[in-house]
Amino acid sequence: MKIVIIGNGISGITAAKTLRKHSDHQIIVLSDESELFFSRTALMYVFMGHMRAKDIIPHNKKFYDDNNIELYLTRVRTVDFDSKSIVLEDDNFIDYDRLIIATGSKPRLMNWPGKQLDGVQTLYHIQDLENIERHCENLERGIIVGGGLIGIELAEMLHSRNIPVTMLVRESEYWNSVLPMEEAKMVSDHIRTHNIDLKLNTELNEIWGDKKKVKMILTNTGEKINCEFVGLTVGVQPNIDFLHFTKLEKNKGILINDRLETNMEGVYAIGDCAEIRNPKEGRKNIEAVWYTGRMMGELAAHNILGKELDYNPGVWFNSAKFFDIEYQVYGSVPNNPREGIGQLFWKHPKKDKSIRLVYDLSTKEVMGFNLMGIRYRHEVCEKWISEKTHIEDVLRNLNLANFDPEFFSSYERLLVDAYNQETGSSLKLKQKKSLSNVLNFLSK
Amino acid sequence: MNQINHSLSLTESAKRPLNIIQNIGSIIGFSGLATLLISLFNIYAESQVPYLFYGAIGAISLGTIIYTIGSYGGKTEGIKNDYNWLSGLTSKGSFAWIAGIFITTFYVFLYWFPQHLGLGENGAANKGLVGFFDPLSILLKGEGKFASQWFMYGTLYTLAILIFGIKFIVKYRHNRYQVIRTISVMLFQLGFAFIIPAFLERMSLPYNDFKNVWPLNYYFFDTWNINGMLNAGNIGLFMLIFGIAMVLIITPILTYFFGKRWYCSWVCGCGGLAETAGDSFRHLSDKSQSAWKIERWMIHLVLAISVLMTIAVIYNYRAQETSYLVTTEIFLIGIFSLALILSGLVFYNRNKWIKKQNKIAFQIAGGILISLVAFTAYAYFLKGSNDLFVIQTYKIQKFYGFYIGATFSGVIGVGFYPIMGSRVWCRFGCPMAALLGLQQKFFSRFRITTNGSQCISCGNCSTYCEMGIDVRAYAEKGQDIVRASCVGCGICSAVCPRGVLKLENGPAIQDRATAKRAIFISEDKVGLLD
Repeated sequence: MKIVIIGNGISGITAAKTLRKHSDHQIIVLSDESELFFSRTALMYVFMGHMRAKDIIPHNKKFYDDNNIELYLTRVRTVDFDSKSIVLEDDNFIDYDRLIIATGSKPRLMNWPGKQLDGVQTLYHIQDLENIERHCENLERGIIVGGGLIGIELAEMLHSRNIPVTMLVRESEYWNSVLPMEEAKMVSDHIRTHNIDLKLNTELNEIWGDKKKVKMILTNTGEKINCEFVGLTVGVQPNIDFLHFTKLEKNKGILINDRLETNMEGVYAIGDCAEIRNPKEGRKNIEAVWYTGRMMGELAAHNILGKELDYNPGVWFNSAKFFDIEYQVYGSVPNNPREGIGQLFWKHPKKDKSIRLVYDLSTKEVMGFNLMGIRYRHEVCEKWISEKTHIEDVLRNLNLANFDPEFFSSYERLLVDAYNQETGSSLKLKQKKSLSNVLNFLSK
Repeated sequence: MNQINHSLSLTESAKRPLNIIQNIGSIIGFSGLATLLISLFNIYAESQVPYLFYGAIGAISLGTIIYTIGSYGGKTEGIKNDYNWLSGLTSKGSFAWIAGIFITTFYVFLYWFPQHLGLGENGAANKGLVGFFDPLSILLKGEGKFASQWFMYGTLYTLAILIFGIKFIVKYRHNRYQVIRTISVMLFQLGFAFIIPAFLERMSLPYNDFKNVWPLNYYFFDTWNINGMLNAGNIGLFMLIFGIAMVLIITPILTYFFGKRWYCSWVCGCGGLAETAGDSFRHLSDKSQSAWKIERWMIHLVLAISVLMTIAVIYNYRAQETSYLVTTEIFLIGIFSLALILSGLVFYNRNKWIKKQNKIAFQIAGGILISLVAFTAYAYFLKGSNDLFVIQTYKIQKFYGFYIGATFSGVIGVGFYPIMGSRVWCRFGCPMAALLGLQQKFFSRFRITTNGSQCISCGNCSTYCEMGIDVRAYAEKGQDIVRASCVGCGICSAVCPRGVLKLENGPAIQDRATAKRAIFISEDKVGLLD
């Protein structure tokens, strides 16, 4: 069987690796961005000088050669699903028996006047780094539009080169479309301690320039800000333009069923470019995150090999880092909780650290964990959530979840105290945070 | 792939911008260093020497501390690795080569031409750089105890660990593991390697650095060292017993509970310098598979040579001395039986060891033990002769001292910090690291745990691993990491932006190191049980 994968991001490469692990089929991976798979989330570290471009590449060429995975640096023009053949930009064809489309996202550009000017750009591709590098020289101020994960990365990048940054964020606090208010406010304050000019409740209206170069922006509050660089980071959308005018069913992304199959025979779509027709409860149709991309890659490979498994991403989890604050989330942590949801929240009085537990007030079942500046164990939190553990059980054993390095202060006791104060109970922390206790708990 | 790659160019394209405080610190620090270097030309008047000496040491310390404040003082707590691959000094640029050549040259003079550093030969007074350290030597060791090149070196070495230790602590002040560990190496260096030996000499006792354990301390069993201790009364006997107990009892127990990190990144002076002065270069270690292969062969070869050399040395000691605790026969039979028992154990567990990645370790361990058995048997029939090998023992000692003791650990180990990273010696050459590594791999509760599926394959962990371990390769699969070379510095865990790695001690090592937990679909679920 000849399996072709379009896209060498985390989804495509995970599919290729899983296919190779369990089969001897011919595997071809096409990419127009880079020959080798790299960690897109690590691009910022290359710019800041933490790593070289080659350090964010997990597998070298030899790995693919040894595993007989064929890589081609080329651009796909379109796909002819009837004749099962891929048309490349140089008019060559590649036939396939099975096709996996894993083309990921592209930055959303909206329709701002002036977005075509030199100095306006996004952060997505490895090539974007070169452009930022070029624009950075003698930059007096950079504007970043958007209060999401890529926006703050770009702010950190410019800040690392001592470039003054203004961040325009539509929401009332940074990323509080996702983060609960206290956490969002913590990040907003943290952004400001880096001397970033954070403008909340502010949107971009227009970008002005002369001789094609950016000079100034105008915000919806009427403010004009001089700048030579504008980073547009207002989210991403599926990268599927090349499949227009084909029979492939699409909405925002390529529509797929629970087996990750499209409406075309033998064609799968995975990762950011795919849109699930019937997502699981509480999940979105399109989840453009690393982890779901990896899961889909693995599942598509198994399904191609005839396993007939449904996509079930399990308990939601994610993580990020906002300048110096690490963030982890497990389960459901709504920014705007509905009636009947209990929240236990503790925040360090001086440092940027907090723990939030979310639970159902009537059943007392734990639903989610939100951590800022503190690390929790994925497996432990996942087990508690999926087994609908009683909040008091969780609190008594909360030490098992702590994953901070040795000698770090632990704050679990304070969270238990907070719960006792709120409810008048007298819970005590039971378990020590030793690894053998954790292993015992996980094997139960 | 289009790469933005500043790293290999000798002309740096993006310079690390230094603020005014950093500049002031640099000027003060380098003026102190210049004062030291100028002493080489003997132009200071004798009465000025103490003032200039303490002034220079003070200026170096003060300059480094001011530079540290300038670097991290005004910044928030967190990982500060900006510009590491952009600035020349930390990315093998021209400044790195200049620094490397400078340090290497210093070591060459230190080991082989100390007279050019001012060491007074045949009772002549010290001059130059070594003479510059006389005031401190006399202060610590007593009247008439002038400095040697080793005292000068030891002082600078300790100073480097202390001042760069402070820099390290400030840089990682948000991470208590790093802070405590660094205070530990600073105190061990200052106390055990610097002050205690000086006072031992003041009391006319033999030199002893208690934390310098055989086989890192390759001359521990040399005749002169053993005799020195035996002739120094109860304290000397204590040194001898403590030194042997360290190898046979204390080291294995501590390594069982905590991994080799208790030594390599909490106690050892070589590790101490690498972690503090070498911190800016930790990302330069080679992560390739071929480097790993070279590492395994090289470090175990050094261990094998040092074990055989030591046996030869002890055997020779027996051959010379008549009155001693054990006879030659008992000694040889003892080693022979020990090696035989260990070989038996290895052979008995061969299936467990050979399974998957442990095959090479099995071969190496088996090879070393079987050669020990053969070697002691051979020696037994040769007893009475002064040479155990076809070549004479002293020639092996000379070879080891020159190529491994001096060239490898010093000239290359430290001199090449800015080019090959800070742990070249620890990774490729240190027999102690090899020995502890074998214990860590097979009989220890230490591992680095990975946190479920949170890894984003960014590569910070692998990049900042000074031992060149490709941490990411394990983390992205959700495997616990049990590697012989890991010194447990904890930096992979510190730089991880997603909270994936944690240094832990616990049971059930090997299962967790082979199980992959980031896999979304378990293999039994899809019916792939092999």
